[in-house]
Amino acid sequence: MQHHQILRVVTKFNLPLIMLFGLYVQFHGDYGPGGGFQAGVIVAAALILYTLVFGLENAVRVAPRGALTACSAAGVLIYGGTGVVNMLLGGDFLDYGTLVPEHPAHGEHYGILAVELGVGLTVASTLTLIFFTLAGRRAAGGGA
Amino acid sequence: MTAVTIIRLRDLFAVVMLFGLYSLLSAALFVTLAAPDVAFTEAVVGAGISTVLMLATLALTSRHEDEPAHRPWLPLAVVLVTGGFLVYGTFDVPPFGEADNPVHTHVAPRYLEQSGEEIGIPNVVTSVLASYRGYDTLGETAVIFTAGMGVLVLLGGARVRRQRRKED
Amino acid sequence: MEVLGHYNYWIVIFLMMAGLYTVISRGNLVKKIAGLNIFQTSVFIMFISFGYVRGGAAPILEEGVTIYSNPLPHVLILTAIVVGVATTALGLALVVRIREAYGTVEEDEIHVQDEDF
Repeated sequence: MQHHQILRVVTKFNLPLIMLFGLYVQFHGDYGPGGGFQAGVIVAAALILYTLVFGLENAVRVAPRGALTACSAAGVLIYGGTGVVNMLLGGDFLDYGTLVPEHPAHGEHYGILAVELGVGLTVASTLTLIFFTLAGRRAAGGGA
Repeated sequence: MTAVTIIRLRDLFAVVMLFGLYSLLSAALFVTLAAPDVAFTEAVVGAGISTVLMLATLALTSRHEDEPAHRPWLPLAVVLVTGGFLVYGTFDVPPFGEADNPVHTHVAPRYLEQSGEEIGIPNVVTSVLASYRGYDTLGETAVIFTAGMGVLVLLGGARVRRQRRKED
Repeated sequence: MEVLGHYNYWIVIFLMMAGLYTVISRGNLVKKIAGLNIFQTSVFIMFISFGYVRGGAAPILEEGVTIYSNPLPHVLILTAIVVGVATTALGLALVVRIREAYGTVEEDEIHVQDEDF
């Protein structure tokens, strides 16, 4: 059990850092490499690491499957919803300039932030859900 | 070289580990080709997620691959012929890295120049991805979501199936 | 001399053919998916090579930098990477189901069981 102890302690120390880095990448996608996809995958990787070290039951308590499914749908809806809001404000679909009519550039910035948020949410929750599904499948042996 | 070793090895666990290595090497290659966004994504996705998913699949299936039953002459011939055609095609490709290649002259300069005023964020890749080509990114998000739903449909009914098997 | 300048494309073609060979010739389904991923990654390398400008910096606007690498292929490849992982995940889920239905992941044995039907 010695090596399991080391693994647990190191993981407990690392996981908040990984999640923080994921959040950083998400919101700094405008100024450096990064953005929604990278951030989503980093957060999913953090959750997978947690599952590998602490077990599937604990991980499912942290992120229940129903919540993950809702999050992945919500991410796509946020993205599409931003486009629809743009249409309601009088522009074309996904024309972010309409969000702040005086400064189209600021509107673009807000629009990009919103859609990247949607993308990151969907990517993180879907990848984690796929991993939970694959890992939760008991090896059914030689078929039915 | 990692690719050739992946072909020849039959211990699938080693294959997956080598695949992670291959992915990490190509991420390093992307960095030297001045593509940090892509390197980032490829490193996390390829060396992280794909490798982990394949390991999970290996845990559910077997670890070793069987001896190939056919002699590989036909696939080898197909691969060599296709490779030969592609190499013949590279003779027409413009030189590597020249600034006046056709790929660099039509839309890209417009994005690079106008992105500063029209959108105002330094990362041009993000601005193209989320604003100029935002519709494609919406489609991509839908693809990820659909893949997740597909996996749930294929594998998610575990509990129901187990109950039905107990009733039989 | 101009021909020799293309050798990096030849390396990419070699990787592509390696991936293709794995998909066609190996019967084990998991290895086929690994080969597919090798193929996809080599295509990404090719695209990024097309987008490279000699002496260009990464396409992030900065003071004092005049030559940038072309951002368009980067955008395409970002999308392609994520779509690739979605395809891989779905393919692996299919492999797991096949294993449960047929008891094996070797293509030849699956064909035999299908013909027995």
